[in-house]
Order: sequence, then C-alpha cells, then structure tokens
Amino acid sequence: MNKARQNPVNALAAHTVLILYTLIALFPVFVIIVNSFKTRKSIFREPLALPDADSFSLIGYQTVLKQGDFFLYFQNSMIVTVASLFFILLFGAMAAFALSEYRFRGNTLMGLYLALGIMIPIRIGTVAILELMVQTGLVNTLLALILVYTAQGLPLAVFILSEFMRQVSDDLKNAGRIDGLSEYTIFFRLVLPLVRPAMATVAVFNMIPIWNDLWFPLILAPAEEVKTLTLGSQVFIGQFVTDWNAVLSALSLAILPVIVLYVVFSRQLIRGITSGAVK
Amino acid sequence: MQTPRIKWHIVVFLAPAVLVYTAVMIFPLFNTLRLALYTEIDQVRSFVGLENFQTLFGDPRWSESFWNALGNNFWFFIIHMLVQNPIGIMLAAILSHPRLRFAGFYRTAIFVPTILSFVIVGFTWKLILSPIWGIAPDLLSSIGLKSLYAPWLGKEQYALTTLALISVWQFVGIPMMLIYAALLSIPEEILEAGEVDGITGLSAFWKIKLPLILPSIGIISILTFVGNFNAFDLIYAAQGALAGPDFSTDILGTFLYRTFFGFQLQLGDPHMGSAIASAMFAIILIGVCIYLFGIQTRLKRYQF
Repeated sequence: MNKARQNPVNALAAHTVLILYTLIALFPVFVIIVNSFKTRKSIFREPLALPDADSFSLIGYQTVLKQGDFFLYFQNSMIVTVASLFFILLFGAMAAFALSEYRFRGNTLMGLYLALGIMIPIRIGTVAILELMVQTGLVNTLLALILVYTAQGLPLAVFILSEFMRQVSDDLKNAGRIDGLSEYTIFFRLVLPLVRPAMATVAVFNMIPIWNDLWFPLILAPAEEVKTLTLGSQVFIGQFVTDWNAVLSALSLAILPVIVLYVVFSRQLIRGITSGAVK
Repeated sequence: MQTPRIKWHIVVFLAPAVLVYTAVMIFPLFNTLRLALYTEIDQVRSFVGLENFQTLFGDPRWSESFWNALGNNFWFFIIHMLVQNPIGIMLAAILSHPRLRFAGFYRTAIFVPTILSFVIVGFTWKLILSPIWGIAPDLLSSIGLKSLYAPWLGKEQYALTTLALISVWQFVGIPMMLIYAALLSIPEEILEAGEVDGITGLSAFWKIKLPLILPSIGIISILTFVGNFNAFDLIYAAQGALAGPDFSTDILGTFLYRTFFGFQLQLGDPHMGSAIASAMFAIILIGVCIYLFGIQTRLKRYQF
C-alpha cells in the first residue's frame, strides 16, 4: 500500500467533508422533530435548543391527533403500499419466469414491450388514467391507486427478476419436471424461493416512491376516507399553516414511518443499489 | 395450423402482468396522445386535429406559460446536473476509499433525505427558510453573512434555483449510491497498476476511476432528466399549484396539473392537458433517444 492511501491529512479532510454533508442532510429533519416537542414561544425564541422541562409541550401532537385522521391515512398508505408491492412481485415474477424460462414466438418482443415502461413515466398518461377510473367507477378507491402503482412498478420488476431467474439452474427445474411437477409448482415451489433476494430488492425500490407519491392520490383518490398519509399531511399542513405546533408535529408524524421503514430495510436497499441491480 | 397446441401455462404466467400493464399504463398513454387531438364543445367531444397544439404554441396566453414552464424545467435540470451529480460523485469517491471508517454510517445518513416525501421536504425547507421563524437568517448571521439572507422562496429571481437546490439536497443520495457501486466494482489490480506508474490520489481519480464510471454517470444523467421533466410534487408542496411567485417556479408538471384540473377561475381542460402531456412525452422521448443512440453507444464499457 502506498502513502497516499493512508495519509492522515487526507483521512481528516475526507471525514470533514463527510461530517459536513451529513450535518446538511440531517439538520432539517432534526430541527423539525426537536421543535415539534416545544411550546410555541420557545419554537420561535430558541429554534435550535433541545426541549427542556420549561419548553416541552405536546400540544402540536394533540391538535394533529384530534383534527387530522392520521391513523386512517396511515392505514390507507399501508394498504396501498403493501398491496401494490404484492401484485408487483407476484405478477412481475410470473411474467419474468415466462420470459426467462420458455422459448415461444414473440418472447423478445414481449420483453421489449414490458421494458418500455422503465423509461416512460406513467404520469404522462394521467388524463386518460383518470378517465378510465371514472368510467370503471374506481375514482376515490384505494384499488385505483394499487392498479396504477402495480402498472408503474411492473416493467422494472420484470426486468430485474428475469435477469435473476436466468441464473436459476436448469437441472433443478428439469429434475422437478421428471418428478412430474407441474410448471406452476416448479415456479412457486422451486424458483420463487431462490429469487427471494432479488424480490426483496424490487420491493424496497418500489416501496419508497409508492409511499411518498403525491400526484396520483391527489388526482385519483382525494376523498377524505381514502387519503394516503402523504396527501393527508399535505392537506392538513395546508389548513393549519399558521399553527406551527401542529405543522411541526404533523411533519414529524409523517417522517416517522418512513424512517422506521428505512432503518428496517436500509441494508437491503443499499445492497440492492450497490449489487448493480439497476445497471 | 403451425402450433398444435397453445402452452397455457405461458399464457397464465404472462397474462396478469401484461393485462395490468397494458390497461393501466400503455393504453392510457396512447389514449392521452389521442385525446390531445380532440376538444369539447357543448359537452360533445369532437375531433379537431392539431388545433390544441396550435393553441398551445400559437396563442400567446398559452405559449408564454408553456415556454416559461419549459425554460424553468431546463434550468431545474441544469442545476441538478451541475450540483447534484458532481456532489454525488465527490461523496461516492470519498466513501469508496478502502480504509475509511464509519463509511456505513455516512452512507446511511446522507441517504435519509432521499426517502422522505416531497411534502415533508417542501414544508421543512419552507419553514427553515422562512423569515418568520428565522433559522436561516440566524445561521447566516452566526457566520457573519447575514446580509446574504433573503426570503428566497418568495423572490422571483431566486425561488426556482432555491427549489432546485432543495431537490438536489433531497436526491443527492441516488447518484452517490450508484457511483459508489460503480467505484467498488473497479478491480484493485487496475488501481495498483496505476500506483506502480505513480498515479495516486486525485490523479488516480481523474485518470483511472472517472473514465471507468462514465457509463454510470450516463445512466444517472438520463434518470435525472426523466425525473426532472416529470417533476411536480416538490413545487406543488412548497409553492402550490400556482407555482408562485408569479409562475416563476412553474415547470411542466405543475403547468399540466393546472391546465388539467383548472385553478381559480379557469376551468380544467383535459384536452389541453393531454396536449401538454404529449409535449412532455415528446421531450422525454427525445432525451431518452439522445441518451440511447447518441451517448450510450459511444461510451466504452469495460468488462472486468
């Protein structure tokens, strides 16, 4: 090893840059969460101080929980995200299996057709999507959102999963066929368990954009009982814009679930990105 | 008949994905392009050919908004290319140093903003930059730069750049991670060969690593392009549908939303909305084609 790679000055400079950037990245989140626990007066007087016995207050959270239906919003977001992920993974894996396992006429063409959606954002079709949902009576239902996110997530899911399914050994599948397993059993019992890591990657990639989306909830499901957490907090904050305690608490409540998900899945996410799944 | 029997299991495996994808994505996409050729007169939909596009580009009331939104969108994109991607590459280069301690911690922390929703990011920065709360002016005055402070989000000349920088703050984690992955995949032997020839430190980065990660930089550029040209949420969350002050932060996504749904006294118009969506489709398609045929084919890929 040579000197340049061990130079303590370089290491110090590297840590300085990284610490500085980490502060920039975390400071806004920190300020919001800390101030959500303070009284209105101390929010303005000492915005950067931690809450102490004098300045501690939960009034913002009380307003939020009384006025906004955050549990309902959370539940809606949960249903939409989990259901969309389930369908993306199930349908995506099935299509990926068909494309990677069987030779049939139009295989390549079908692969290209499904890959189109990787680069073209589904939002371009919003006008017609809304019309479709109006015609089918799905406006203001969670199903509309689930369908849209499933369609949006499928192209990349099929692409990534078929890459992985090509690596599953043919001998294993042929052994299954000799034992008389049906193609469906081979897929569900033999292949799916083997591509579980790839499925986890696909799930984590899709989870955050679905959870955070504002566009489709705003257009397809703005009604109170089907609001997602993202839309719900947007509307709530818009209404309570002068009540700083409530706004800060609503923001903190919206940050919380994402941070929890991130802490749980960050390893998977980082491994997914760095394993070159999106090359 | 050439095929004696249909292999039903292939159909069953493909059907759900193809049906949902076709019905909810591809069909509406083309239907939107088709709707751009229609208009509604007395609640009857009638074919008008390219009239909507003539209005969009010819009628000064529309074309001014359109070119304003498109110009703003390009500025938004340029800031991302000039600020987000270089910072991402720099952070990745530092993080990929083999002996760096706490690399995992830094990586995780710097990625936090990327997972937050636009609503959280938009409002959080709005509060922090707000002159009422005073965090931004206080911080600036603590380093003696108080005179630099202005209510950036409220000034026409600064608002768009400020929002673009907020978006950079949010998404810098993505180029960082992708470049980090690309840097880790460079084999140690190549770097050691460089060291033998006396190429170390910064010059190793410029002369060896950077050429090797060019394909990843290409991918990041096209992802940034597509992401920026259908952006909407951050502007909507921070500035509202009117993209104030005085439309100075209006981009194609907010313009589409206002046209489609209407605002204040103007009624929503799905057909003009479709025309704008078609224009966005064309812009994204041109960008993707430039990338696929103009850039990607010229980049050398190295197999290790």
